[in-house]
Amino acid sequence: MIPGSFNYHRPKSVQEAVGLLAKLGDDGRLLAGGHSLIPTMKLRLATPANLIDLGGIADLKGIRADGNDIVVGAMTTQHDLIASDLLASKIPILRETSAQIADPQVRYVGTLGGNVANGDPANDMPALMMCLNATFHASGKSGERKIAARGFYQGLYATALQSGEVLTAIRIPVPAAGHGYAYEKLKRKIGDFATAAAAVVLTMKGGKVNSCAIALTNVADKPLLAEEATKILIGSALDAATVKRAVAAAEAITSPAEDPRGPAQYRTKMAGVMLTRALARAKSLAKG
Amino acid sequence: MNDMTPTSAERAAKLEGMGCKRKRVEDIRFTQGKGNYVDDIKLPNMLYGEFNRSPYGHAHVKKIDTAKAAAVPGVVAVLTAETLKTVNLAWMPTLAGDVQMVLADGYVLFQNQEVAFVIADSREAAADAADLVEVEYEQLPVNVDPLKAMAPNAPVIREDLKGKTEGAHGKRKHYNHIFSWQAGDKAAADAAFAKADVTIREMISYPRVHPCPLETCQCVASFDKIKGELTLYGTFQAPHVIRTVGSLISKIPEHKIHVISPDVGGGFGNKVGAYPGYICSIVASIVTGVPVKWTESRIDNLSTTAFARDFHMDMELACTKDGKLLGLRCYTIADHGAFDACANATKWPAGLFSIISGSYDIPAAHCLVDGVYTNKAPGGVAYRCSFRVTEAAYCVERAMDIMAQKLGMDPADFRMKNLIRREQFPYTSAFGWQYDSGDYQTALTKAMEAVSYRKLRDEQKQKREAFKRGETRELMGIGVIHFTEIVGAGPSRNCDILGIAMFDSAEIRIHPTGSGICRLGTKSQGQGHETTYAQIIATELGLAADSITVEEGNTDTAPYGLGTYGSRSTPVSGAATAMACRKIKAKAQMIAAYMLEVHDDDLEWDVDRFRVKGNPERFKTMTELAWAAYHEVPPGMEPGLEAVDYYDPPNFTFPFGAYICVVDVDVDTGMIKVRRFYALDDCGTRINPMIIEGQIHGGLAEAFGIAMGQEIHYDDDGNVTTASFLDYFLPTAVETPRWETDWTTTPSPHHPIGAKGVGESPNVGGVPCFSNAVNDAFAFLGSTHIQMPHDHWRVWTAAEKLGLHA
Amino acid sequence: MAKSQVAMKINGKTVEALVEPRTLLIYFLRDQLGITGPHIGCDTSHCGACTVDLDGKSVKSCTVFAVQADGADIITIEGIANPDGTLHALQEGFRQMHGLQCGFCTPGMITRAYRLLQENKNPTEEEIRYGISGNLCRCTGYQNIVKAIQYAAAKLNGVTFQEAAE
Repeated sequence: MIPGSFNYHRPKSVQEAVGLLAKLGDDGRLLAGGHSLIPTMKLRLATPANLIDLGGIADLKGIRADGNDIVVGAMTTQHDLIASDLLASKIPILRETSAQIADPQVRYVGTLGGNVANGDPANDMPALMMCLNATFHASGKSGERKIAARGFYQGLYATALQSGEVLTAIRIPVPAAGHGYAYEKLKRKIGDFATAAAAVVLTMKGGKVNSCAIALTNVADKPLLAEEATKILIGSALDAATVKRAVAAAEAITSPAEDPRGPAQYRTKMAGVMLTRALARAKSLAKG
Repeated sequence: MNDMTPTSAERAAKLEGMGCKRKRVEDIRFTQGKGNYVDDIKLPNMLYGEFNRSPYGHAHVKKIDTAKAAAVPGVVAVLTAETLKTVNLAWMPTLAGDVQMVLADGYVLFQNQEVAFVIADSREAAADAADLVEVEYEQLPVNVDPLKAMAPNAPVIREDLKGKTEGAHGKRKHYNHIFSWQAGDKAAADAAFAKADVTIREMISYPRVHPCPLETCQCVASFDKIKGELTLYGTFQAPHVIRTVGSLISKIPEHKIHVISPDVGGGFGNKVGAYPGYICSIVASIVTGVPVKWTESRIDNLSTTAFARDFHMDMELACTKDGKLLGLRCYTIADHGAFDACANATKWPAGLFSIISGSYDIPAAHCLVDGVYTNKAPGGVAYRCSFRVTEAAYCVERAMDIMAQKLGMDPADFRMKNLIRREQFPYTSAFGWQYDSGDYQTALTKAMEAVSYRKLRDEQKQKREAFKRGETRELMGIGVIHFTEIVGAGPSRNCDILGIAMFDSAEIRIHPTGSGICRLGTKSQGQGHETTYAQIIATELGLAADSITVEEGNTDTAPYGLGTYGSRSTPVSGAATAMACRKIKAKAQMIAAYMLEVHDDDLEWDVDRFRVKGNPERFKTMTELAWAAYHEVPPGMEPGLEAVDYYDPPNFTFPFGAYICVVDVDVDTGMIKVRRFYALDDCGTRINPMIIEGQIHGGLAEAFGIAMGQEIHYDDDGNVTTASFLDYFLPTAVETPRWETDWTTTPSPHHPIGAKGVGESPNVGGVPCFSNAVNDAFAFLGSTHIQMPHDHWRVWTAAEKLGLHA
Repeated sequence: MAKSQVAMKINGKTVEALVEPRTLLIYFLRDQLGITGPHIGCDTSHCGACTVDLDGKSVKSCTVFAVQADGADIITIEGIANPDGTLHALQEGFRQMHGLQCGFCTPGMITRAYRLLQENKNPTEEEIRYGISGNLCRCTGYQNIVKAIQYAAAKLNGVTFQEAAE
């Protein structure tokens, strides 16, 4: 299958990319890893007149610690995330989640920035970024701004990123030492998008939940932060009855579509099962 | 003779003949990227064809405007049904006696149906222009449910058949009805049910699936206007049939058509049929005078060229109270889609479905199949099976479990009690098939012992108790099956395709230096024919397998044959190869006798030579005889050493096997883990055990895909929702279980080397075995049958219905 | 659309060409350069038949534009054999262990396994299965592909391959 024609641009800097976006307006489309966009173009569901390839911008790659945060360049690949010792020691859920995205070839090319920016609710990283309370750095004509992941997602392919803006980096606060975590993803086969998935990061103190964040993947038109469920769990020992109430609260905010992964009711229930399992595993990993 | 003289056994081993795990000849090129597949072919001035396709499942085509498409730079022509009508090719005959639109002629009957064909000087221009063909549609009511096809007010699918009450196979009882076909004795079956103590009845559906080889269907058509000759390269499982059908359709004389199947990237039934892409490419090449390539996309492949199954079987078994089978009845609705393009032997609209009595001694049986039209793609190919054998095997093996459950018997014991016994062979089934050979109890016993079947049942019992006590959320299921296939189509008294008897052929030419070439009417798509046919020759003629070239797929050089599908290559062409060898050997024997100055009868064969009886040091090797055949044949004998054999098999062959599968079902998600899969196959004489094992692994993996997730699904509006690898379940190395393989050997008594064919057994046996394992997990809760595919949400839904999530 | 000039190293040879921006790397290799080892098996980046090695990464060449590969170092199945012309351990392993049937997935599968073994010299069966999960095979049921890769790993590590007992 052959994509439609387009002009190809390969800026060397973010500034140049922003300039191109400003010039080309709606005719310009950013190309990151391309594994969502290029298949869509082959099917001619997307026919951009101009592609602006971010692959030539060295500044957009890399993983570094900055105070109590880790900053990941938008063009850092899933493969890089998995290979990073820094992430493995500080935010291990990032490696766990990356390893469940697509397949080896796609992870060599697929980027964190692309995964979080395109607004596909089936992507795994958006919910994880909400769970980790990450901040997205965006550059546009009027300079740089920061957008909280928790306020970024507005609906199917709709995000707070404005036209003309390039997502440049993701800043993730390092969770407290001794935190427990899990990304539980139900999928039909390896590489598939989630039927439902749950990200959990929590800390325990004296056997009770001290802090907790929960986010869900692919059970609505956007990733979901399960705040009510979190409230129910804080202070609990994650006993079965409390977990059941929290899971019910999490299920209540889902509104999945029916697709070949299953009917809506099933996918809601699977969000609950994934959350139950993620909580149990996170608890087992948490110290305190 | 001295100690250095190789023994017979040593000489035999050097030949790498039958029974040897010979490494494949094909792999040398394939591992270096030097295979030659259709899309690798690039001819001078070649153009590219691309279809515009229907977005709707059912619509009138009110207007087609090709102006914008034709204006795209590089576009040479745009074909529509109107253009094709000028050469009388807007419709084409199907193998099943129906007709099929090549391009939409006034209406479209399924989503992605071919509407217009753009020909351009690049893939890019063809794709751009195909998008720009403007079609005005008027949508019509859609029916994708075969069970509703014959309702009084069902949407009319085939307006062209209006008022036609006779179909290719007799009377049509509804405007969406294609054929009724029955086998067995209804009165006898009804009588058996009347006296039975126990009966079961279940609607067993085998969903629509697709063979989905990794290489899609493609062709390059090259018409030489000066010579009036057509060369057609294509992904054909049956190149000669394509040549004959091509000649009948195009009116190009058959000797002026050259069909070439180069390396084929898997077929599994997908590449048997003739598709609009081939016809349009041929017409386009005739119109333009240059070669035209058509390459199917994956979405086109899954949604248009061939499907398999879509059989909905209302199945009944009757039994005595102590578990002896008395009768079988099955009424089936077969969904053939919009056109009956089913790939069956012509007289058999439901293929060999009457193998549905399986491995069991059932005194009375009857089956009736009604074929119907729906707004789905045409096809009905045998996806890694002989015609409709998978459907039959699935149905009877599911029904056996359901009956065992009702009787309170272990499913293995119930089978053992009803298996056809060794001494009953050759066995004539209630449907009239004469099973050639078998030793079923031995196979099932061996399988049960290999997996410690009784221990597994004990473990399952304990797990069920633990489940009831709430200690686990996993259910253990054990699937056990015994299948019998019917392959090697086939005997000319039973089988033909468009009147051509389903023989097959081999032509062997031995060169003066003792090497040779064998050409056949079959066509490998991965089965390793270049390796295995040479092994038959090595054993038969005493020439090293390495010295034999095997060539298939060129209709100019290969003898006529019906191609490779339905596990027919070894049963039919394998037999032809052996028979051709024997003709050569007979001639060689006469030459040897002449050279050794003895009577023919005074010679005996020893691995690679004829030697004088009682005087083994006087001999002539086959290599020496080959040389002699070209320079010192006996007076009156014509020189040369070659033979051709067209083999019309006296009967089908009946491979069989016993499989056992153990699964653990997570009732909270519907996920299934295959803990173990054991497959015992009996394919008669084994030519290359390595290749046999590979075929079984592959067939089991396909069976796993089918049972656990494959489905070509249509929504109520006629949209096909699973037509890419995103949603059509092809397991990766991670999901695919590890396989344990085993065998027994019961040669076919009527086959020259006793071989029965193997490639399709694991698909035929694998699907019911997986499905029985999943069903068995829930059986103790009263569940009788859960429909395939057993993907997560369907399994979860079954658990939900049983109240397991309360 | 204006064509772009690209230059890249393919199987050790420098190639310069003009390409349309929309030309996917797989079509550039197959149609423009006649490097037909890598194949096309799907439209959606799932099957991996088109896998090539690009700057030390396994990529699906159906989902990369040729212009993106400007300046890259690419290895295809045609460039996998040893410099002396003998077959690579993987090519040998696939034949010895019957790790292929129709051969259509084989170039992508071997090219992917080539990178896998660079990154993990002694992978477990589970790691191999996970490592080739971006490559679909319809013929073999994968078991012999796993063995073929184990065979190659053993050979590259200078040890004799011992088949695991069934």
